[in-house]
Amino acid sequence: MATLQFREALREAMTEEMERDDDIFLIGEEVAEYDGAYKVSKGMLDQFGHDRVIDSPISELGFAGLGIGAAMNGLRPIVEFMTFNFSFVAFDQVINNAPNMRYMSGGQFEVPIVFRGPNGAAGQLGATHSNSTEALYSNFPGLKVVSPSIPDDGKGLLKTAIRDDDPVVFLESELMYGLKDEVSEADDYTIPIGEARVAREGEDVTIVAHSKSYHIAMDAAEQLEAKGYEAEVIDPRTIKPLDMETIVESVVKTNRLVVIDESNPFASVASEVTHQVQDRAFDYLDAPILRVTAPDTPAPYAPNLMDAYMPGADETVDKCLRVLYAQ
Amino acid sequence: MAIPIEMPKLSDTMEEGVLSAWLVDEGEEVSSGDVLAQVETDKATMDLEAFDEGVLLKQVIAEGDAVPIGELIAVIGEAGEDISDLVGEAGGDGAAAEEPDAEDEPEEELTESAPEPEPEVEGEPTPEPAGDGQLSERTPEPVPAGTDTEGRRIKASPLARRIAQEHGVELAQVDGSGPEGRIVRRDVEAYLEGQEAEPAAPEPEPAPEAESAPTPAVEEAPSYAMPDEEAFEREDISQMRKTIARRLAESKYSAPHYYLTVDIDVEQAVELRADLNELVEEQERAKISFNDLITKACALSLHDHPYVNAAYRPDEGEIHKHNRVHIGIAVAIDEGLITPVLRDADRKGLSELARETRELADRARTRDLEPEEFEGATFTTSNLGMFGIEEFTAIINPPNSAILAIGEIRDTPVVEDGEVVPGKRMKVTLSCDHRVVDGAKGAAFLDTVKSYLEEPMNLLL
Repeated sequence: MATLQFREALREAMTEEMERDDDIFLIGEEVAEYDGAYKVSKGMLDQFGHDRVIDSPISELGFAGLGIGAAMNGLRPIVEFMTFNFSFVAFDQVINNAPNMRYMSGGQFEVPIVFRGPNGAAGQLGATHSNSTEALYSNFPGLKVVSPSIPDDGKGLLKTAIRDDDPVVFLESELMYGLKDEVSEADDYTIPIGEARVAREGEDVTIVAHSKSYHIAMDAAEQLEAKGYEAEVIDPRTIKPLDMETIVESVVKTNRLVVIDESNPFASVASEVTHQVQDRAFDYLDAPILRVTAPDTPAPYAPNLMDAYMPGADETVDKCLRVLYAQ
Repeated sequence: MAIPIEMPKLSDTMEEGVLSAWLVDEGEEVSSGDVLAQVETDKATMDLEAFDEGVLLKQVIAEGDAVPIGELIAVIGEAGEDISDLVGEAGGDGAAAEEPDAEDEPEEELTESAPEPEPEVEGEPTPEPAGDGQLSERTPEPVPAGTDTEGRRIKASPLARRIAQEHGVELAQVDGSGPEGRIVRRDVEAYLEGQEAEPAAPEPEPAPEAESAPTPAVEEAPSYAMPDEEAFEREDISQMRKTIARRLAESKYSAPHYYLTVDIDVEQAVELRADLNELVEEQERAKISFNDLITKACALSLHDHPYVNAAYRPDEGEIHKHNRVHIGIAVAIDEGLITPVLRDADRKGLSELARETRELADRARTRDLEPEEFEGATFTTSNLGMFGIEEFTAIINPPNSAILAIGEIRDTPVVEDGEVVPGKRMKVTLSCDHRVVDGAKGAAFLDTVKSYLEEPMNLLL
């Protein structure tokens, strides 16, 4: 095990894969000369040269489309969005061309492409730069959506995403790039897409949370432990396909579920998890399923409002106690 | 490549269509736009057009048939094409429709006697994660919420409902501790713990004493102490009893029964039987019972009355008039009743009938009959004469169209040529399925039976 920052784990994943396969290239704004806006691709230009680490103009629609064309012609692009807020400019490419090409060409074209970059709110960035896109992209058949919460998962899942023959949306977080944790040094370390991780076992209540929310869940679980309740924390890691088996198994054990999702609540990942759990484990529920999400408003700018806007451990503890009928 | 033509949705409210007329015959060429048929919907009669070219290979439904939207009505393809996979084995399989008679005791019994798994509260089984929203695969099915004594909906979590159901707990008995009185798991568990602590059944309240009644000085236990037992003995319903229940209920519910009774002069038949038995005794053959004479009389009569030897098959839209005469004889056995079948009884001699009847009845009592020995009767008789029953009505053994109930032979005064003389009479009652056998047909059959028995030498011809 090596202790790496999240950004270093992602870089290791890309570097190892590009060393393994010459067809892989990285394209995006400032990924080359500037080492990446968040230094994820630091040093990669020196190692792989301008042909494989490419600075694009500020034109998401253009370079996302270029990536898809390259993928259809046999290359394996990694397209970095400086943030996923900018992926909206390339929306048609990401949601229409990438996921539908295999289907509409009757299987003649594969689109092995990874769209990656930071997703979700990251402090005082204002409403237009604080969007969470996981529910949105998960809504389109043909896209896989991955959203890891710790560096080790980041590395293992990004390598798998790059090897996938279909488009993968890989969601990171500005606030987690500096997060240091142990990362496997195993040769060829990959983690399958679509498998959740039970991060903490407990009997009393299940908390499902991905990406930054996962860390809130772990915080809340510790506070609950102090109150005498054992929370089970599940990090889905992949939003789509979603590992419902693991979640359902846990709810069958605990009979209670709280879902944390920093997206806006309407038609969110939390909505989907909630629906599927009531569908598959209705008779195992002893309480309504509660969610901890951002409110249904644009993200504010003021720091105090932003604190109130984002899901937090206190609110999570509170909702867990409610489903435990402990309040 | 054969193309199936299905009943189209021709109006918004249409659920089924009646094919009112075929405009193209089987084997005729059609091309796109040709009108194949006229279809009557709930609103109007409309043309059914072909969208393809080819030969109309098959009209799957007949004119006048009503079929739901989407049902196959025709097949278009190339001449001579094999369309059996599209059309399937149209038409029923008569043999399979033959119900196995009593004594089919397959898998059902297993599930019945299998021990109920102990319901568990802790460590519930993981439900098989179902496919996306596949309600049918979800285990277990949701348990509905009940209502309290005043008809108000009881609020309970799904888990609490399930645990309550597994333990037979009435939710109305449980106090809810959740928001708005919702009953949650811990409430049901607390209730169950309380139940275990208390004696199983609450003591009955002592009856209030009537105030005016003088208090007896001595309290005595009643002299008629009742055993502390249930007022009935439990017995599992056997497979045979289930079969009897199902078949006879089905018969009585679906076949409109009516009954014809006739009093037969059996003086000569009794004499004939005595004579015959002297003969068979010498030859050491099976003795002929009076029932054998009746079997023979019925078998011969059925020849002349095909509707009595028939089956009503509404599913196939047909009545099956059997060419052969197989007579079922109801035999009482310890577990119930079974009807071994004398095949081709009309072609067998009396002594052969006698021997076979006895042999089948013996094996019926030891339950050693093979299924083919109690299946396939075309007519049945039931005889309670030996129990002193004068006359009775029997329930038709489906899919037969009639059954003959035979009463006792009795010595009775009869009027002959204006004088009362001793006579020997027997009443038989024919139960008929009115869907097949109308009154006059049933009466005509009985008359034939009667004449065979009253002039029994005919049975030997």
